[in-house]
This record gives sequence, structure tokens and C-alpha cells, in this order.
Amino acid sequence: MAGKTLYDKIWELHEVRRDDDGTALLYIDRHLVHEVTSPQAFEGLEIAQRSLWRKRSILAVPDHNVPTTGLELGITDPVARLQVDTLNQNCDKYGLTEFKMGDVRQGIVHVIGPEQGATLPGMTVVCGDSHTSTHGAFAALAFGIGTSEVEHVMATQCLIQKKSKNMRVTVDGKVAEGITAKDIVLHIIGEIGTAGGTGCTIEFAGEAITNLSMEGRMTVCNMTIEAGARAGLIACDQTTLDYVRGRPFAPQDENWEQAITCWADLHSDPDAGFDREVVIDAQDIAPQVTWGTSPEMVCAVHQNIPDPAQEPDPIKAGGMQNALDYMGLKANTPLDQVFVDKIFIGSCTNSRIEDLRAAASVVKGRKVADSVKLALVVPGSGLIKQQAEDEGLDRIFIEAGFEWREPGCSMCLGMNADQLGSGERCASTSNRNFEGRQGQGGRTHLVSPAMAAAAAVKGHFTDVREL
Amino acid sequence: MEKFEKFTGIVAGIDRPNIDTDAIIPKQYLKSIKRSGFGVNLFDAWRYLDPGEPGQDHSRRRINPDFVLNKDPFKDAQILLARENFACGSSREHAVWALLDFGIKAVIAPSFADIFYNNSFKNGLLPIALGSELVDQLFSELEGIEDCQLSIDLENQVVRNASGTEMAFEIEEFRKYCLLNGLDDIGLTMQYAETIKAFEQQYYQKLPWLK
Repeated sequence: MAGKTLYDKIWELHEVRRDDDGTALLYIDRHLVHEVTSPQAFEGLEIAQRSLWRKRSILAVPDHNVPTTGLELGITDPVARLQVDTLNQNCDKYGLTEFKMGDVRQGIVHVIGPEQGATLPGMTVVCGDSHTSTHGAFAALAFGIGTSEVEHVMATQCLIQKKSKNMRVTVDGKVAEGITAKDIVLHIIGEIGTAGGTGCTIEFAGEAITNLSMEGRMTVCNMTIEAGARAGLIACDQTTLDYVRGRPFAPQDENWEQAITCWADLHSDPDAGFDREVVIDAQDIAPQVTWGTSPEMVCAVHQNIPDPAQEPDPIKAGGMQNALDYMGLKANTPLDQVFVDKIFIGSCTNSRIEDLRAAASVVKGRKVADSVKLALVVPGSGLIKQQAEDEGLDRIFIEAGFEWREPGCSMCLGMNADQLGSGERCASTSNRNFEGRQGQGGRTHLVSPAMAAAAAVKGHFTDVREL
Repeated sequence: MEKFEKFTGIVAGIDRPNIDTDAIIPKQYLKSIKRSGFGVNLFDAWRYLDPGEPGQDHSRRRINPDFVLNKDPFKDAQILLARENFACGSSREHAVWALLDFGIKAVIAPSFADIFYNNSFKNGLLPIALGSELVDQLFSELEGIEDCQLSIDLENQVVRNASGTEMAFEIEEFRKYCLLNGLDDIGLTMQYAETIKAFEQQYYQKLPWLK
């Protein structure tokens, strides 16, 4: 019999029942909740007079709407305030664990889960947010769900699911000096496309992946959804255990010993079969910059913006032309001649301590270019902010001309006041360059923290390795 | 949830691949704590020429006359036609709520993003995946016709055009059953409450650190 993939193993462990057509009930270990996609679910429970199945599986935090300045004023936008208040009330009413605004543990839901040890290897993790794929870095099956499913998990601790296909992306060899996890994942998306993983769970493997820190692995898994796959996975190894050990929600003592014995099996068997395999040579990966309005529209920084006239598929060419028009760019322009107005370092993709260190090391002793109107650093959580301040990173950023903000989702999607104006161009460490994502008419270029920092200093994109 | 009945409706086409959920319903409208009222903001940035904010009087906004859903008869469209990877991006179920609230009951595209596809069925919206050639054909049928209508027959899994040509589509049996009968997933799962409890018992014995 062929061996099992990591996905097969986690799925089997959580399958409560299965119908003949493959429709199954999957048991959920961890349910992360935030203010935007939960109010209608709580309301649904109330209307149907249903109770929560397992309250302790829930960890809640407001993140999408929270302001990143003037916290002493609270949330001034009344619509946003009502949404955060509603989360607080629901959590209080049902006795759920919530890190409210002002709690140093508050932050972006996909940052605080792992930070607290609430995300553990082998778990099933869900959240009403597509970037739940982040937690796959811990060999946890983690995926985003809609609000109806949030309600379903609250009421039954299960989801109705059909198993997806197994896909593996192997990044062979070592990346060149200065190449980060963000460059790896953007390069992968450029290769397989934004629908390349649709219907699949992607396991990331290979030397370049296992060499990554947990922060880097989270960045890669975070953007799995940008390749169309709901979930990304990376096998559990010593790096995983070293990160998890001792965190507040992680098992202790005897439980820890028992857990790590079980977690040792959280990898694909050598003879496991995959429905689809993609192999990428790590040496081919250069610093990446997106040029369009879909994450697959990405190039190496030293390349020119592609020309729709050279694209044989007419639908694709039309999409490229739409993107260039929206982005205010011309085909064949060298990417490193594109100037930016704003810089955003943050989001569930790149707001962890390692990301901040990488950006700080680039800006240290340098200044943000005069042409840059605003450069923001938004740490992923209060604890990261604290740690960064202990390391003096805040001083480096502030002295260079960055603003040092409070944690939250911020300009990744601009639900709070942190937005791009129409026509403004941003070097952003976030995950989506969709039209209007960071503000109506705003133009987003996705890059790594180091590349965003380099763009801040130069005022235009540049290969950070040549700075 | 209402039962999904056979219907004939006007088709509106948006000829773009990778239409994302930020385009379907922009983030500023996600601050609502309700499930209703998103229809006026469906495709907000494409539909209006002025910036959209929650709480605006939409009758006073500047309409983009070139956008399909602002034109007659597409203002009353019940079927949306699009290209590959429809509704990629975020998990926001608001995208489904906005389409439904506008009056769209079915979306036809060569492929859909997984989370949106799943969310659709929970609300009675039917995503129909047809081959790229058939979608091409439907787009060309739309051209030059003022009022292109299609019939959607879920029971028999076919899309029928005005000349009677049928296009078959695939759908999982369980999803079809729930849609046709307007069934609530949670109610269905609750029938297995004892099975879930029995599962938990062995599960936490095996993995006590998760208890």
C-alpha cells in the first residue's frame, strides 16, 4: 500500500464520519475568531437557539478594524466600533477567550494563534478568514471558512467537507543570499498561477522550505490561498518544536513528551503519492515584485513589466491590459524604475519579529526617500511590538522616517484609517494586490519586508542586495 | 434557506478572469454586522464613479453608465457570467450575500475559488462550472442580444438557452440535495451529535494534550 501524505494523515485523524460519496464530517480543534466574519454567525446561533459545542476551542481577537494610532481615543469610526463591540459582547456572553484591544496579546489573528501556542502540529484550525492557511506552517490543517461555516463549527465542532487533492511544491536546493520566504512564495505563485492550487491542499517541501524559520514558513503558507489552495502544509520538524515549546497554550511536561512522540509522524511518507507535483529550483528565485492586480502578476525586480501583446491567450492578455491600466504602468518598463508613494510593512504575511528585523537591517542608518509620502510599520501583535522595542527596532524605523504603529491588519486591506488614496502606489509586504484592496484606486505592489525597506530608502523598487 | 427552484432569467456578463472578492464587495462594507443590504454595493468600485462609503444615500451616487449591471435589462439580471477563478481572494461570505441581495441566483464561470464555491451553497446561490468553450459560446451569444435569457434547471443539471440548446453541468450530489430542499447544514450535522461525542471520547484519549 502506498504511504500517506501529511494531509492524508491529519485528515484521517479528524474524520468523524464519511458518506459513500466522500462527504465527511471533519472535527475542528481550533477555531480562531475575529470581528468581521463572526457577528452574523453568533446571531445565527442565537436565532436558532443553539449553543456553542466547545467554547475552549475558540480564541478571539479584533484585528481588521482596529486603529493603529491614537488607541486612547478608542475606535472613532462608529460602524467599525459597533463591530468590535459586538465581538466583545459575544465573547463575554459565551465566556470565550478574547484578547481585547489594549491587551498586549492582541494582534492579527494569524499572528497571535502561533505566538500563543494555540496553533499546534496535527491540529485542524479554521477561521473566517482566507489567510488561515498561515497555520499550515505547523503541520496543522488550516483553512479559511465563510460565516455560515463559522456558525457550523461553533454549533457542532465539525465541518462538512470533501477531501481535496494532494499537491506538493518542492523547492529544491538553497536560495541565494538575501532571498526571503516572501520571494519564494511569490515566485511559486508566478509559476503555478492564482488558480494553480484550486481544489488542492499544497504541501511545501524541499531544502529551501525546511531551511526557513517558522516565521518564513508562515509567510509561505499564508499565501497558499493566493495560489488558489485553501490550505498549505509544511512537515513538523525540530524547527517547529523549538518554536512551539513553552508557549502559553502549548502542552507542558508529560503532555509535551506525549505530543512530540505523536507529532514525529507529521510528515508525508517517502512513498506517498501526490495528485500533482511541482518542482522549483531555489537558485532561480530572485527578489520578487508584483506589477499587476493579481498575485500571479509577478516578476523579478530586475525584469521588465511584461507586454500583453506577447501573451498568446486573449483572455489572459485582456486581464494583463486591465491590470496595467489600473496600475498606471506601461509594458516593458523596468520594474526598478517604478516609483512608490507609500510603504507598508505589516499584515499576517509579514509582520513578525523576523520581518521587522529584516526591514530594520536595511533602513538602519538610512532615510526614507523624500518622494515617499508615508512609510508605515505595523507589528503583528502587541508582543511583537514590545519585543521589537526591546531590540531597538522602533528607533531604527523612526529615525529613518517610518511611522511606528500599533498592531492590527491595517493597510493590508484598509478597513481602518490606513489606506491608499486613489492613484497612490505602495510597496507592501501584504498578500493581495487586487484593485482597491488597500484603498479605492490604490495601486499595490507586493514585496518582502527587505524589498519594501529598500523601496522606502530609494523611492523606487530596487534589488535590496545591491543597496 | 429557500428551496432552489428552476428559473429563467437575464444573464449579465463580466468578461474578466480572476474577479476577486474585493471587487465583488469592497472591504468598507464588511463592517456591517448584518447579512442583508449588500446588494447596492455589489461591484461598488466598478458600478459607481464616486468613492463608496457605508451609510451613503445610493440614489445620489454617480453611476458608471458603462458597467453592465447599470444597463437595462441587466439591472434585473439573475444570472452572472464570468471567466476563470471567479471570486478568488478572501473568505468573505458578504460576496455571496451581495450577489443574492442584488438578485443574482446563479453564477456561470469555467472555475470558482474554493471558499466562495462553498459559501454559495450555504446561502442558496448556485455556482455553475461550465467548460471554457461553453463559457466562450455564452459570451458570444450575449453580444448583440439585448435580452439574453437562460434557464437554470438544477434538478436535471442543465443550463438551457433560448433556442433550447442544453449545457450539462456537474454538481456534488449532497450539495444538490441540500439546495433543492433548502436544507440547513447545521441541522443536518446535529443529527450526528452522538457520533461526534463518541469521536471526541476516543480522540481525547489518544491526544490528551488537546483536551
